[in-house]
Amino acid sequence: MGKTVTIDAEGMHYTPLNRQIREAVENGVSEVVVKGVLGQRFIGNGLRGNASIHVYGVPGGDLAMFMSGPTVIVHGNAEHAPGNTMDSGKVVIHGSAGDAVAHSMRGGKVFVRGNIGYRGGIHMKQYEAQRPILVVGGSAQTFLGEYMAGGLLIVLDLDGTMKARGIGSGIHGGEIIIRGDVDDASLAAGAKKVPLTDEDRARIAPVIREFAGDFGLDPEPLVSADYTRIVPASARPFAGKYTWE
Amino acid sequence: MCGIFGVMDKRRQMMDGSGIRQALSMMNERGSGEGAGYAAYGIYPDYRDCYALHVFFDNARDGKAVVDATLEQWGTVEHNEAIPTYDQPNLRATCTPWRYFFRPDPSLAPGSASPEKDIITSLVMQINAGSNGAQVISSGKNVGVFKAGGWPEDVADYYRIEDYEGYIWLAHNRYTTNNPGKWERPDPFNLHDWSVVENGKITSYGTNRRYIESFGYTCSMSTDSEIITYLIDLLVRRHGLDINLAIRALSPPFWEDIDLMPKAEQDLNRALRLAYGSATMNGPFTVVAANPDMMVGFTDRGKLRPMVVGECGDRLYISSEEAAIRAMEPGVESITTPAAGEPVIGRVAP
Amino acid sequence: MSNNLGSMPLRYRVTIDREQCMECERCITNCSYGVFRRDGDRILINSRKCTACHRCLAYCPRDAISLEEQPCDYRSHPVWTRQTREAIYNQARTGKIILAGMGSVADLPVIFDHLMLDASQVTTPPTDPLREPVELRTYLGKKPSKLDLRRNSNGEVELATELTPNLMLKTPIMLGHMSYGAISLNAQISMARAAQETGTYMGTGEGGLHAGLYPYQDRMIVQVASGRFGVNIDYLERGAAIEIKLGQGAKPGIGGHLTGEKVSKDVSRTRMIPEGSDAISPAPHHDIYGIEDLSQLVRSIKEATEWKKPVFAKIAAVNNTAENVAAVARASVDAVVIDGFRGGTGAAPRVFRDHVGIPLEVAVASADRELCRQGLRNEVSLIACGSIRESADVAKAIALGADAVYIGTAALAAMGCRVCGNCYQGLCPWGIATQRPDLVQRLDPDVASKQVANLIHAWTMEITELMGAAGVNSIEGLRGNRDRLRGYMLDENLLNVLDVKPVGA
Repeated sequence: MGKTVTIDAEGMHYTPLNRQIREAVENGVSEVVVKGVLGQRFIGNGLRGNASIHVYGVPGGDLAMFMSGPTVIVHGNAEHAPGNTMDSGKVVIHGSAGDAVAHSMRGGKVFVRGNIGYRGGIHMKQYEAQRPILVVGGSAQTFLGEYMAGGLLIVLDLDGTMKARGIGSGIHGGEIIIRGDVDDASLAAGAKKVPLTDEDRARIAPVIREFAGDFGLDPEPLVSADYTRIVPASARPFAGKYTWE
Repeated sequence: MCGIFGVMDKRRQMMDGSGIRQALSMMNERGSGEGAGYAAYGIYPDYRDCYALHVFFDNARDGKAVVDATLEQWGTVEHNEAIPTYDQPNLRATCTPWRYFFRPDPSLAPGSASPEKDIITSLVMQINAGSNGAQVISSGKNVGVFKAGGWPEDVADYYRIEDYEGYIWLAHNRYTTNNPGKWERPDPFNLHDWSVVENGKITSYGTNRRYIESFGYTCSMSTDSEIITYLIDLLVRRHGLDINLAIRALSPPFWEDIDLMPKAEQDLNRALRLAYGSATMNGPFTVVAANPDMMVGFTDRGKLRPMVVGECGDRLYISSEEAAIRAMEPGVESITTPAAGEPVIGRVAP
Repeated sequence: MSNNLGSMPLRYRVTIDREQCMECERCITNCSYGVFRRDGDRILINSRKCTACHRCLAYCPRDAISLEEQPCDYRSHPVWTRQTREAIYNQARTGKIILAGMGSVADLPVIFDHLMLDASQVTTPPTDPLREPVELRTYLGKKPSKLDLRRNSNGEVELATELTPNLMLKTPIMLGHMSYGAISLNAQISMARAAQETGTYMGTGEGGLHAGLYPYQDRMIVQVASGRFGVNIDYLERGAAIEIKLGQGAKPGIGGHLTGEKVSKDVSRTRMIPEGSDAISPAPHHDIYGIEDLSQLVRSIKEATEWKKPVFAKIAAVNNTAENVAAVARASVDAVVIDGFRGGTGAAPRVFRDHVGIPLEVAVASADRELCRQGLRNEVSLIACGSIRESADVAKAIALGADAVYIGTAALAAMGCRVCGNCYQGLCPWGIATQRPDLVQRLDPDVASKQVANLIHAWTMEITELMGAAGVNSIEGLRGNRDRLRGYMLDENLLNVLDVKPVGA
């Protein structure tokens, strides 16, 4: 339909705000612009379809949780767990985000231009063709990819400030790809480094290009940079812990 | 549980409470509307050399006689009065807030390195432990705590915190799990210089409490902040540790990190853990603490609770959420999230 | 791995009375553990593989099979029990955490067995449920604490308060959460049909909602556990209610663990994880590290489902359960499920199952009391679970403060389970705790659903009789009514916690 709707969210509680967004999307609006956002939570929760939602300001926690299809673009920082348990669609954040970004994500893409906090990508999971992707332009903090069961997690560390520890703690599926070198001491038990093959590089190149395109970055140096690839040391890291009565 | 907020102006430029009220109520999703509190430094310039005791009386008649008598034993009361309050429709007053401006007599604590504070500590414990309908909720020089059982806006309006000006403010939006009626339960907790707000729950509470009680502190609040305040008082004032070492004792690095440190640093860190093992706090927490010269923030070692740091000109902000900082300072210049256990220390210019 | 421990004594000894035996070989075909085999003209027995599941003797047409537990004695010792010694031998051999199935075997008194129910005599008459209505209808969810009314243009009184969505149950017994993966699809379908027939609800467990259950989705309470298996907006919308699993009574503080062996192709599709990989549910939800985070997850789910469905939270009964329940009641939750330490499980570390958690009876009683004290009792319903074995347990749980109960092990038993506790092997010969197609098809949902419905129906009738005898004709009159209970041989402190008087008082 191509219609655009603008909502002024200043001083609005999240329930009426989200209801307005939902109604707009259900009425076939293809672009919803939300201005004056400060702390409103649950924006885009459970939304289906393929509308685009532009958020101006700082949205509160659980942005796009359970979202299945639309695109949410944040012109500002996000707080706790954007992309939480997200099913499909895309979240683009032109700023940084807090802890537990893409927690339990099962599909779709979350792109963060800036930094993310602790436990980024925790318990991401994939199934057959449904594979979640988290890409971070800046750095990530400790416990990156904790408990990962699937998906693709790329950290570009463009400012060179990455000093995360406990990377891949409990990882049993999926992959974490970090630009540059990663100290062995930064890896958690159960995660291991493997060389990035040409095939891997070709596989992630389109994702990096898409990320670069969304934020106006030059893709070439990123596509050809050196990356460390981190994968599970075992598909059943907890098998050695238990025995039966 | 809860949401917390702290702001400090490092050149002692005064801020009235309206901005803090705005910031704290931005985090109402983190609270349950049954408790909120504010602490402010620099609010009593006319009595800046007196200890300002804020007291809750169940009723002004009975409890007051006991407090008057206790204070007379330990020093002189320059002035005392009811704290001005303004009834709010959603706030049920369950006690009467009062304030005393008090000078303790240091000769009554001979041989102490900080006699006035020892006296204040003693008499606060004495009043609070006895069930005489009085509870001292703050006891520092030129600092006051304002709290009650309601949403941040209602508590702020009850005391009209916009009428007070301070250069450091701490605030707490409480998520109540027990004793909803008790006005003294929300943070900030204060003991003379130190005020503390906390978001989280210390799982080692039982251990930490037994430890701090063995040094003569009596705990009467069943809150984490009480324990944290006493621990900071012990480590910094009585044991002479720098604040960053005190924080290191409360939220120490993991052994596997200590083992990789250079020798002298390793020895110090190991010694801290050995001496203060029972003071180590476990569980999710973010703590913001202040005294007249500084504001500090630190998280637990696993970074289970959020802490956002904002800087703008001379102001330092520490809060649970960025939105709260922006509610008071829309143009905040830098927003960062420090690593687990790494303290953020802001000092006021001397 | 070599060790010097040798074999452990047999757990069970199986014998066949050869005179009775007609060599029909039903034992061989039925036993999935490989106890029986034909060798020439003899049926041979390997007792070491026996799990006491009783499948063989249930199907032996001649009652020719005998089963003896612990045929080899140890020197008896009150401190160094058989279990203690064998746990040490196990850990000396393996160096690992010991997992076990089903509920706690700790030898501690069951508080329900020490509570006696009252009946009306002399001062008030009992009610005869055959003649007078005794209402068991139960609504689960937030109730208004007072009503706003208004007069319409005709002068009639109208309700202005909007009621929060509640679930309506015809009986206070619901079928508890047991995941697809832990149990078979046929077991879930059987329970779903029984729930539909008896007007109650069933929990999906944390394994997602299989398409085979879609016809019953309006009787399903969909679970969101820390692993978030199969959780998407479609799943949330299908359930009649949504339950956030924060803990489980059998293993408080730790998450679920479904071994790769039980993750079949179909389990893998429903949970959205690769086939054969371990399905690990972490201990906490990693977006809930504080009570204020729980309210965010609850409200997030409510926003996603437009506030149309009740959201429950399930917690394990631990030391500060009363405070936990009060905290959860403020998080926009509609019902709190309290799972006592005796709750069942497919697999839990033995040390957790037997040593962590508190009894359901005190947890419910103290939670109910704390909610009343804080003026919050109408905010949430309380659901009790954790080894509810019979209708008297249900009545007593309600008298202690619960609105309803979930049953787990009892429902499985209704489908044939003998509580042998070997669920983890995935070889359940009853077709319940297995994914092997040949075993699963032994469980016929047409038959098993009738059995579960029978159990619920029988208990419902018994509860009706108990209420009638007590002169109570609506279940609200029994709820939290400690006065209709007396404690028999319980110490004073425990009676105070339960707020129940001793017999005779």
